[in-house]
Amino acid sequence: MFDALQAFLSTFLFEWLAILITLVIQTVVVVLPIMLVVAWLTYAERKVIGFMQVRMGPNRVGPLGLLQPIADALKLMTKEVIFPDQANKYLFIIAPILALAPAVAAWAVIPFADGMVVADVNAGLLYILAVTSIIVYGTIVAGWASNSKYAFLGALRGSAQKISYEIAMGFALVTVLMIAGSMNLTDIVNGQQGGMLNWYLLPLLPMFFVYFISGLAETNRTPFDVIEGEAEIVAGFHVDYSGMTFGVFMLAEYAMMILISFMTAIMFLGGWLSPFEGIPFLETMFSWVPQLGWLAFKVSLLLFIFLWLRATFPRYRYDQLMRLGWKVLIPLTILWVFVVGAMKYFSFGPWFN
Amino acid sequence: MTFELFIFYFLAGVACISGVMMITIKDPVKAALWLVLAFIATAGVWITAQAEFLGLVLILVYVGAVMVLFLFVVMMLDINLSIIKEGFTQYLPIGTMVVLSIAAMMYMVLGPENFGLEVTGAPVMHPADYSNTKAIGLQLYTVHAYAFILAAVLLLLGIVAAIALSLRRRPTGEVLYQDIDKQVKTQASDRFKMVKMKSEFEEPIKPKEEEDK
Repeated sequence: MFDALQAFLSTFLFEWLAILITLVIQTVVVVLPIMLVVAWLTYAERKVIGFMQVRMGPNRVGPLGLLQPIADALKLMTKEVIFPDQANKYLFIIAPILALAPAVAAWAVIPFADGMVVADVNAGLLYILAVTSIIVYGTIVAGWASNSKYAFLGALRGSAQKISYEIAMGFALVTVLMIAGSMNLTDIVNGQQGGMLNWYLLPLLPMFFVYFISGLAETNRTPFDVIEGEAEIVAGFHVDYSGMTFGVFMLAEYAMMILISFMTAIMFLGGWLSPFEGIPFLETMFSWVPQLGWLAFKVSLLLFIFLWLRATFPRYRYDQLMRLGWKVLIPLTILWVFVVGAMKYFSFGPWFN
Repeated sequence: MTFELFIFYFLAGVACISGVMMITIKDPVKAALWLVLAFIATAGVWITAQAEFLGLVLILVYVGAVMVLFLFVVMMLDINLSIIKEGFTQYLPIGTMVVLSIAAMMYMVLGPENFGLEVTGAPVMHPADYSNTKAIGLQLYTVHAYAFILAAVLLLLGIVAAIALSLRRRPTGEVLYQDIDKQVKTQASDRFKMVKMKSEFEEPIKPKEEEDK
């Protein structure tokens, strides 16, 4: 679709200008819906946690409080951005951008349906891993530039935590690419065709949990939100941020949550494939559901788990958090790399044929 | 100018500027951040040269892990810059000589007569389904398997050495160690004991008038 647009534009524009315009349009088409989902994810979070704690949640702005995210955004945008005394102004402003930019850039290789992807690159999995590893700079630069001890402590905790869990996450991805034989995300989904049993969920069940737990840690969600730790360090790395600079950090966090959910759905839950594939009656009954619909369904389920966990678990103690990452998750992933290797050698199940 | 060329010049320019900024800027934290930018721009240049695996691994390993730890250390140091700069003029002549000799050597190796299309030949344009990862993997695991394993063992040795150097166990009693297994296996009955006892009864305080009587 975008190739046609580019060809049309290049008939009367410079070639590079046509490419640039097409790229910008592609970016907007992907990023705008994500930002809207982010806005209403904050609403969903407050509503879900509200019901879990027997409260109403937001219910004043608009019907059922549905316009609450817009009110929040307006409030954040009109608030004054305060610069702390002796803060490094440039880095102070750059930090939220550093947090948001990778969280948005990673969407370039995410396929939303068969062929619906901005850049269908070979090394998609590696690209996601590389780009999301830059996010840690948002935290660490924010903590340092704020010139505040609380912010700095939060940044140190956060960066150590993120680097630790990235290793487990990387190994989980290694098992996925071992089983799929490709780093292209579209190929990974297409490799899971043929019903629920063919999803990579079963052979990689421990990796599914490892990836999701590491995802929680990467996005600083409860129970891994020691980086914010309200009780000890006020709000961690973003204590000194106000107004829209604070809002951008929130955007980045929720965009990452959605990204992790998408990745989990694509790698372990068959992406856009229908779960009823191969089941005679149900397959025809649900054949009207579009590919994007199934993917969105799986992603919302995973996002609900994110919110559910937040309402359920207390915060980890820092040493236990590090122990979980280094002494439980990483050995488990290394073990599973060998298990997957053995499964591949013996052509085990429907996954290795 | 094609779009690819534009991207190449942009990334190359960013890499050069951030490289220069990294060595000229005074604040070590900012220098580290400029180095990060140089890494990212270089990775971009590699990706335009169709070496996407190397570019992405450069970002993943150097930007995502090594430089974060670097920043970690640099941020916590309280460096007094004036002390570092104390002997600047004293060492300037030797420093200039070293810089000039290194620049001359770099010119001899990287000078224009060793590079250019007539020396290296035109770059091979691979088709869209060419996988750089696969090409590197095949080379590493077949032709260079022993060298690869040797490098891996060397890295492992480095990890073991670093842990052995930094591991410090003090005798129990001097410090309290936490037995995590014990903590995790704790049951409610270990911490909380139900005790049967008679309910306490507080004698009501007699009104003052009765006491007076």
